[in-house]
Amino acid sequence: MITRFTAIVALVGGTLASGPGPHRASPALAGGTISGKVTYTGTPPKARPIDMSKEPSCVAQHPTPVTTQDAVTGPGNSVEYVVVYISAGDEGAAAATDTVRYEQKGCQYIPHVAVMQVHQPLAVFNDDPTSHNIHPLAKVNAEWNKSQPKGAPPIRTTWDQPEFIAVKCNVHPWMHGYFVVLTTSHSTVTDSTGAFKLEGLPAGKYTVTAWHERFGRQSQEVTIAGTETKTANFVLTARPY
Amino acid sequence: MGRLFAVVVSLIALISAAIFALHTWWLPVDISTHGSRIDRQLNETMIVAGILFVAAQLALAAFVWRFGERGGTRATWPIKVFPGGATPMVVIATVLVGIEILVLTFVGSKVWASVYQSEAAPGALQIDVLAEQFAFYFRYAGADGKFGVIHPEKMSDADQNFFGLDPASDTTARDDIVVATLVIPADQPVALRLHTKDVGHSFYVREVRIQQDFVPGMVIPLHFTATTPGKYELVCTQLCGLGHYNMRAYVEVKSPTDFAQWLKEQAPAF
Repeated sequence: MITRFTAIVALVGGTLASGPGPHRASPALAGGTISGKVTYTGTPPKARPIDMSKEPSCVAQHPTPVTTQDAVTGPGNSVEYVVVYISAGDEGAAAATDTVRYEQKGCQYIPHVAVMQVHQPLAVFNDDPTSHNIHPLAKVNAEWNKSQPKGAPPIRTTWDQPEFIAVKCNVHPWMHGYFVVLTTSHSTVTDSTGAFKLEGLPAGKYTVTAWHERFGRQSQEVTIAGTETKTANFVLTARPY
Repeated sequence: MGRLFAVVVSLIALISAAIFALHTWWLPVDISTHGSRIDRQLNETMIVAGILFVAAQLALAAFVWRFGERGGTRATWPIKVFPGGATPMVVIATVLVGIEILVLTFVGSKVWASVYQSEAAPGALQIDVLAEQFAFYFRYAGADGKFGVIHPEKMSDADQNFFGLDPASDTTARDDIVVATLVIPADQPVALRLHTKDVGHSFYVREVRIQQDFVPGMVIPLHFTATTPGKYELVCTQLCGLGHYNMRAYVEVKSPTDFAQWLKEQAPAF
């Protein structure tokens, strides 16, 4: 059983090694690219330390203190964990078949924001030596929560409707993440420099939207005419509270 | 068979009484100023109940030993009928046991009330406690000495706003300190206010001899003084759901100087 579990982990881990987000366009894929950077104006909330002292096995996994991830900013006012996606102009995309991997590790959700398509396979792993109870707070899709003791097999599921779903753990209140379920196959999450890139876009007129769990959302229109790269920067408004 | 039963009953009674009398499994050392009263009450209860328990079991064993294996009919049994029959016997037994229970309750409630129904010492360190499935959080007033107001609709685990503070419009909330370990100074009274976000929970620290339920919709005051620095476990002892087994926090009792230093190092919540 353990061997099979490890094999599944290795298999899924291997297929997803190319990076975050559901769509990892191969460089050979023809089409245009939209790239840019997401920044903020205003004052973002402070990153607050997470006190995990009730779960010593998780404390031990973090040599440096862990802070909240609901507003992670960097140099040059960059914003991490912003979902950038095509909100119009890419209707009717088929669901990707590769599995999105969501981990519970060190009493945190990794990645903090997981983007997937409607009907795309999602696998939730518990890598911790303790139990978790993942609870996606879905409102449009069916809400559920599932216990996953140490060593339990991954929870495999899909979502039927597009939705931004906050995820919590019913055992560890500080655990917080997001499932972002989209219809488009073109989406990504900004990295620690706030940068993003949407590749492999056929010629056409698109609405690109940037969504952040605290700083809201913003859209702009971008027209792609071939294999060009267009820039789309977003400036979100941050509030300290 | 009757004699074997008598021996077994006697052994069970004596061995279990010895386990209590010898404190084989006993409470951990008390580290509170009020705990000795609780312990004394517990001891008295155990002694009174223990003597009656052992006496009753040995009497039962003696009777079984003496009369258990007699044959014959009721008319030939050597046991005399209780004067007046069974009814006065039951009434007398009930009254005797009732008096014992009432006396223990009366004496015990005085001890209980002296801990739970008394006022906290003026100047006690105020700490808010929030219980939720399945963790405890503790809030200190911060530099301004004032607690921000709790707004249940603003409670959010996602951004660590466990107490539902409103820092945007409530400036007293901004410097509140929220942590997941109850850190308190030794030999100084602390006054807690217990809040629960969801269901009933319980605040139990064995070494402090304190056990108090959280009740939804109520803010329950609780105060005590811990005397010995160290790290103790706070557990929820009210079955509160799936993760109940894992609902705990730690109580760290520090020397007053260490406590002052710790408090200084804590970042405000916002």
